[in-house]
Amino acid sequence: MENDTIAAIATAMGESSIAIIRVSGSDALTCVDHIYQGKNKLTTVLSHTVHYGHILDPDTKEKIDEVLVTVMLAPRTFTRENVVEISCHGGLIAVEQTLGALLKTGVRLAEPGEFTKRAFLNGRIDLSQAEAVIDLIRAKTDKAAKVAIRQSEGKLSTHIRALRNDIVETLAHLAVNVDYPEYDADILTSQYVVERCQAINQELERLLLTARQGKILREGIATAIIGRPNVGKSSLMNALTQENKAIVTDIPGTTRDVIEEYVNVRGIPLKLLDTAGIRETEDIVEQIGVQRSEEALRSADLVLLMLNHSEKLQTEDIRLLEKIKGFPTIIVINKLDLPKRIDYEEIRQRSGGKQIIPLSVKTEEGLSLLEEAIKVMFFAGQVDMNDQTYVSNARHIQLLEQAKQNILDVMSGVEQGVPLDMAEIDMKNAWQALGEVIGEAVAEDLIDQIFSQFCLGK
Amino acid sequence: MSYQASSFDVIVIGAGHAGCESALAAARMGCKTLLLTLSLDTIAYMPCNPSIGGPAKGHVVREIDALGGEMGKNIDKTHIQMRMLNTGKGPAVYALRAQADKVLYQREMKKVLEEEPNLTLHQNMVEQLIIEDGVCKGVITRTGAKYLSKTVVLTTGTYLRGKIIIGDLQYESGPNNQQPSIHLAHHLQELGFDMVRFKTGTPPRINSRTIDTTKMEIQPGDEEPRAFSFETKEYITDQLPCWLTYTNEKTHQYIQDNLHRAPMYSGKIEGRGPRYCPSIEDKIVRFADKNRHQIFIEPEGRETLEMYVQGLSTSLPEDVQQDILRTIDGLEKAQMVRTGYAIEYDAIVPTQLWPSLETKLVPGLFTAGQINGTSGYEEAAAQGIMAGINAARKVQEQEPVILDRSEAYIGVLIDDLVTKGTNEPYRLLTSRAEYRLLLRHDNADLRLTDKGYAIGLIKEDRYQRFIAKREAIETEIERLRRTKLTPNAEIQAQLAELGTPDLNNVMELANLIKRPELSYQDITKLSPSPNELSDEEMEQVEIQLKYEGYIQKSLQQVDKMKRMEGKRIPQWVDYTAISGLSSEAREKLQQVQPVSLGQASRISGVNPADISILMIYIEQGGRTA
Repeated sequence: MENDTIAAIATAMGESSIAIIRVSGSDALTCVDHIYQGKNKLTTVLSHTVHYGHILDPDTKEKIDEVLVTVMLAPRTFTRENVVEISCHGGLIAVEQTLGALLKTGVRLAEPGEFTKRAFLNGRIDLSQAEAVIDLIRAKTDKAAKVAIRQSEGKLSTHIRALRNDIVETLAHLAVNVDYPEYDADILTSQYVVERCQAINQELERLLLTARQGKILREGIATAIIGRPNVGKSSLMNALTQENKAIVTDIPGTTRDVIEEYVNVRGIPLKLLDTAGIRETEDIVEQIGVQRSEEALRSADLVLLMLNHSEKLQTEDIRLLEKIKGFPTIIVINKLDLPKRIDYEEIRQRSGGKQIIPLSVKTEEGLSLLEEAIKVMFFAGQVDMNDQTYVSNARHIQLLEQAKQNILDVMSGVEQGVPLDMAEIDMKNAWQALGEVIGEAVAEDLIDQIFSQFCLGK
Repeated sequence: MSYQASSFDVIVIGAGHAGCESALAAARMGCKTLLLTLSLDTIAYMPCNPSIGGPAKGHVVREIDALGGEMGKNIDKTHIQMRMLNTGKGPAVYALRAQADKVLYQREMKKVLEEEPNLTLHQNMVEQLIIEDGVCKGVITRTGAKYLSKTVVLTTGTYLRGKIIIGDLQYESGPNNQQPSIHLAHHLQELGFDMVRFKTGTPPRINSRTIDTTKMEIQPGDEEPRAFSFETKEYITDQLPCWLTYTNEKTHQYIQDNLHRAPMYSGKIEGRGPRYCPSIEDKIVRFADKNRHQIFIEPEGRETLEMYVQGLSTSLPEDVQQDILRTIDGLEKAQMVRTGYAIEYDAIVPTQLWPSLETKLVPGLFTAGQINGTSGYEEAAAQGIMAGINAARKVQEQEPVILDRSEAYIGVLIDDLVTKGTNEPYRLLTSRAEYRLLLRHDNADLRLTDKGYAIGLIKEDRYQRFIAKREAIETEIERLRRTKLTPNAEIQAQLAELGTPDLNNVMELANLIKRPELSYQDITKLSPSPNELSDEEMEQVEIQLKYEGYIQKSLQQVDKMKRMEGKRIPQWVDYTAISGLSSEAREKLQQVQPVSLGQASRISGVNPADISILMIYIEQGGRTA
């Protein structure tokens, strides 16, 4: 590998206990040796070992940080090049200084996605694996990370390969019938082809179903908490965020700047919409209207409509109950600790039988029921994802949809009496679309498109 | 002792199916052409099965015809029967196949060659090429004649270091005991060509007087007159049948018992044989669960009682062959008149060729046919005509003609050979073509006649007739698109009579014909055409409209392919300088030297990652990838 040596901060920027700088390239070890002081020179140590030491400024020889350095030699690394990972203390200054020192030794700052690009170009990973790495970086919770890791291990590839095998078998059988018309092989019947297509279609649908869940795992369930002023929206949000530590704030800055806040509810990321808005409006009670809630509603995957247990339904409540028709909604009835004045039957009727969870944010009674309800709603009893392969990438979803359409075309063609060898065109297309998922049929701008999506350092 | 003989534009070595087409194409394009053959008695000889055509192969014969080649015309004149195969399937895979009268086929072809004004025939063995400054300048024969030329086409078939194997017996020989070509094989090796050793085989022949056809199924030709060539106007009506019988448990047991005498299993055969055409001993070993195999008994001609035993290709010893025949229904008393054999021969690794079929190693030298690792008369003829065309164009200082994969099976064949190479004798299959719906046998003339005309191999009068046909088809399609059917009582009654549902809305005839139960003839009952159309024209109208949706899909795929095909790989690309290529990819790319990224992506061992590296490298203008 004649590639030059690149480096970047591999962990998310911001406050964390450690930060990792990754260096990759044939000179990775010698370059790091210039700024590293430890028991042994890194060029002399064994592959896949960890070493304690210090980072020194190459000019002033001042200590910058106390570090652990992991040495991994080509080709058994992510990029198939020599890789050194420097674990610094978290906090921007030490990391920045270490990176800066490194850049003085001839290392170049990596472009976005360059590590993965090298891994891909060096044949370490296939396309679907490469794309999964983007998702890995963006994964909001452990479970999302697990999906990403699975995909990156080639689990999706395995499924796709199996599907392609099924298709190729059928194609081959068709070919024998065509190329050897007098050979006494079983003639492939339309019925057989339709049956095979049904099975393939089922598997495609199964994968596509996981796509929705995959998206949720990756992007979070966009959740809107709506309700009249003072019904307890911000308390619920605080309860959720306090109990389940907020994971990511997309835009660093003051709390006032927070637009979306992620909370981890039983492993499922909720993206709370317009949280700043809620907080603000609760402060200035009189200024709000239902308007704000309506805006949030439009972009939501999940609506939590809050009502007050201790009050009769108000006009505004009724209007909101109208609005949520057609949205996945859980009706949260707060203030269970106060005397009941609300009519449950009326809510059931007006909401069209939506799920109702009575709770008290104040006493935390029923809060876990809400969390369970959210989980069940989005994973229909399939939260245990150890055996699941999730399709969680927009390009994959699109290609799977396309393959599914091709297979449906085969079936409808055959049913309309189109000759099998012609319906085969659609089957071949499906095969190709699936090939594109795992990069076995390359479309020319695919590569560029993928790698421009990567964030720096991975 | 050598002497200076005359000079030519193009010299073709070998007068098999490739050589005949090569020589005719070059001569007809105005080149002074010499055709050298080991024996004038084996011109266009069929050493194996007596048939031409079938799936993919029949398509190729039509393509050769559309380019102005001879094979289609010649078989139209000399067959004993013709059948359209796959008629129960879609039109893309209909395939015409003829049983040939072998002797008549040779005689006709020889006459055509002899009558060709620019062509000189000579019986002689070529032992050496004349190479000057690395460029091929002519040939030297065994008799010492030095012929100079501007280009040379080598079509040596299975003659190069040919070796016949029957049981324990082995001897140097061309097919059917012709003399093999030994010196030339060594000469090619000395020139630095990478050679492989392939194997093929042929079954025994029997005397039809000694077989009992009452125990077999008859396989007659089609009653409907058929022809390969656009030019054929006279049809042979007097056809001979073939016969079908089967091997049985007794046959299989007998072969099992004698396997130890089979050279294939005793390690005597080093060459690699084709998987799609296995010997009978191979079939029995590899498909042990099959309790019978088909055996077709095919006449070798009208003037002979010799019958070809299709399906019984073997290299078992002679006595075993005779005994095997006797186990088969109807062949109990069969007299074997020729013994089956396996033949090994040298072929050059075809990735050493440009898509024009010129060798990369020796400019001016073209190769075609079995020497390029293919099998089959049609595959040979297809390469022959292309090599002949390109050898002539080189003489005339014109760009080579290269057919792409969406234009012709010939394009698929040559692209496969020069891009992927082959590790067994290569046979065309419809499944090798990505766009087979576009590459139908019925539209071969529409696809390629313009090219044939531009090259100069299609004469003016034929071209005018072709134009008229094309216009008739287009006019009628246009009419069906324009003509709308309005639902009324009379129309609905007519539709009911044709067995198709009522119309709900106004509908164009071009859409109505898409109903599976309706044919073009049905449509003309509803609305007769003002012009009279030939059968072929009606067929075209029907296929083009009925399967329009699928044809469109294929065309879209072609567009996609053409984008990659359009990305040329510049001359300055240095594969050794591109880091990140896998070593296999680097080696293959260097060997094949693909002309486009499309071609590069089809090389086995070159994966998408390599293609993207190559793409990046080219885009960066050769700076490190």
